Amino acid sequence: MEKAQNVFSDNKDNNLWKFILNELKPKGKIFTPFNIISFPIIIVGLVIIFIRFRDGIGAVTNLTQEIPWGLWIGFDVVTGVAFAGGAYVLVFMVNILNMKKYQPILRVTVLNGFLAYLFYSAALLLDLGRPLKIVNVIIGNNYGVSSVLFLVGWHFLLYMLALLLEFSPAVAEWLNARKLRKVLSTIGLGAVIFGITLSVLHQSGIGALYLMAIDKIHPLWYSEYLPLQFVVASVFAGIAMVILEGSISHKVFSYQLESDSHHQHNSILIGLAKICAGALFAYFALMVIVFVHGKDWQHLNSGWGSWYLLEMIGFVILPMLLFYFSYRHKSIFFIRLAAIITLLGVILNRMNVSIIVYRWYDVDRYVPTWQEFVVTLTIIFIEIWVLRWIIMRMPVLRKPPLWAQGNDH
Amino acid sequence: MSINRRTFFKAMGATAVALSVGKELTASAESVAEGQSELYGVLYDVNRCVGCHGCEYDCAEAHGLEYPDIPKKPPMRKTDDTHLTVVNFHETSKGELPTKIQCMHCTQPACDAACLTQAMHKTEEGPVIWREEKCMGCRYCMISCPFDIPKFEYHSTNPRIMKCDMCHDRLKEGETPACVYNCPEEALMYGKRSDLIREARQRIHDNPEDYIDHIYGEHEAGGTSWLYISPVPFAELGLNTKVQKQSYPGLTKGFISSIAPVDILLPLGLLGIYEATRTKPITEEDE
Ligand code: SF4
Ligand code: SF4
Repeated sequence: MEKAQNVFSDNKDNNLWKFILNELKPKGKIFTPFNIISFPIIIVGLVIIFIRFRDGIGAVTNLTQEIPWGLWIGFDVVTGVAFAGGAYVLVFMVNILNMKKYQPILRVTVLNGFLAYLFYSAALLLDLGRPLKIVNVIIGNNYGVSSVLFLVGWHFLLYMLALLLEFSPAVAEWLNARKLRKVLSTIGLGAVIFGITLSVLHQSGIGALYLMAIDKIHPLWYSEYLPLQFVVASVFAGIAMVILEGSISHKVFSYQLESDSHHQHNSILIGLAKICAGALFAYFALMVIVFVHGKDWQHLNSGWGSWYLLEMIGFVILPMLLFYFSYRHKSIFFIRLAAIITLLGVILNRMNVSIIVYRWYDVDRYVPTWQEFVVTLTIIFIEIWVLRWIIMRMPVLRKPPLWAQGNDH
Repeated sequence: MSINRRTFFKAMGATAVALSVGKELTASAESVAEGQSELYGVLYDVNRCVGCHGCEYDCAEAHGLEYPDIPKKPPMRKTDDTHLTVVNFHETSKGELPTKIQCMHCTQPACDAACLTQAMHKTEEGPVIWREEKCMGCRYCMISCPFDIPKFEYHSTNPRIMKCDMCHDRLKEGETPACVYNCPEEALMYGKRSDLIREARQRIHDNPEDYIDHIYGEHEAGGTSWLYISPVPFAELGLNTKVQKQSYPGLTKGFISSIAPVDILLPLGLLGIYEATRTKPITEEDE
């Protein structure tokens, strides 16, 4: 458990660089199935990214003048941000509502959130035609304050900072920097409060991005409540992701965990299932209200109507019932199943709004190129590599070192 | 705890007030924009246009683009990153009629509101222009424009957003847009938007059998600087008639004006809850 610190304290001259170099070396097996699959994909992905910068976005994507946002925005950003919602929801539960039961999974969730945001920003940069000009938004005098995208961008950026602050105590513990750790935990509450606020706003802002596309998104999916729908969806999307990810990392990193933690983990999952069921119900109720108020029943009588019903019944109502059932029966298997269905449903909904029912009336449909898929996978894989690198070294899943325990806010 | 609850509700009340104030502010901003009568624009009269495609060549020349290659019997074409305006022929109830398409130069443009760097910009004179040094190529303007006008150079390493700019540079030198200047049939007329609307009404009034009683662009998308009059309903000319009558930026104003109050009041609310729950950890039972 204390390997990292041993390395550090063995160095009597406190040579930070030696320590970092040492830590950069891979730990654990190199030829795992995951590595064997992901490594070649990452290499191909990097080549595609190189071509994208050499020949332009059109060289590797199927984007058109009608469909300017494809998989990179629709999946990596619009969907991915919802998946990263678990960080703010859990932070709210643990640090604001004081539900200490969820403390053990807080750090890994915050870390996941931070990395997710970091890599979505990378995806975003790939998609920008003139990425260097992003400085205009950050330091320039060209503030388009009436732009939803501007506000989303800024909330996104600041939230990344908040996440970094929330996670930073773990880094300090890894570096054995006690003073720093103390300073960092005093600004913790501020980071928590602003982090949640920033999240609520950028999660809803992603929905608000599509408000002006009123004529382009199928009326079954468009509503003026898109921002609200998106923020509610981010609650169950984020938690479902926490459930899935927690289950995986629990297997992969089980040696890092104390013996009693499996029982504890199950009780956490059951609690999360209950919250997911509630959030899905809230979403469903919202969708019903939106439908009754503004939508035309006629639309249901078409192929798009069936598609819509599939999304609502198969991927909102079904996982809602499954979560409820698995919570009542404390069935871990069904919780995981429900989480997977929920995640698929979130992908379906976000892909619908951003790609599938976007210009549903067009004859020519946008289908991403294989290069777009590979780049998306590359980004996800590199993220997992980094995540693994950090979990191996910093106190994320395992308990913090003794000196750091008990002085959290 | 009750005190905290009270502060919490106070905060909620303040949010509501802030929201309504925000709405009022944006509402008044809207009416200011509508009251701008000094905007310039162009009136396009389908009755006068013979569809010679001359304006396409003039536009290409004025913007340093290659001449269009127009086949004898041209299919339905769209504007793209090298053709900022095109003239199409449509089979209509009154025979084959030409229609010129280009940026509508909306009075309250969706593209301008969408742009996070102010690269898309509604000038005071009327043209909506794109400014190269600001744009970061996010293409949100393309998502937002109801007329599908901004186009992107997908095969460039330093891509530009391409669209009609009403020849802003020529206007600054006191000239009229290239297409207006060169049109042999005077199908295009440049002037103050309010004068153009008056002129359009006059033409409709004088020859009621030649025109339908509708100026496309007077109210479409909250009003545009480019106006159309025609002998047939505009849907027959392939123009977007499903477009909203209100302005597109208006669709996001509610969201945008709620951001500041949420940014200020949500943290207060969270702090309140934090204080209220700090001493006693919540257990499963009292959730
Ligand atoms: S037509 Fe489109 S590009 Fe032109 S001003 Fe209106 S919103 Fe902008
Ligand atoms: S592509 Fe350029 S002009 Fe269009 S919204 Fe983005 S920054 Fe503005």
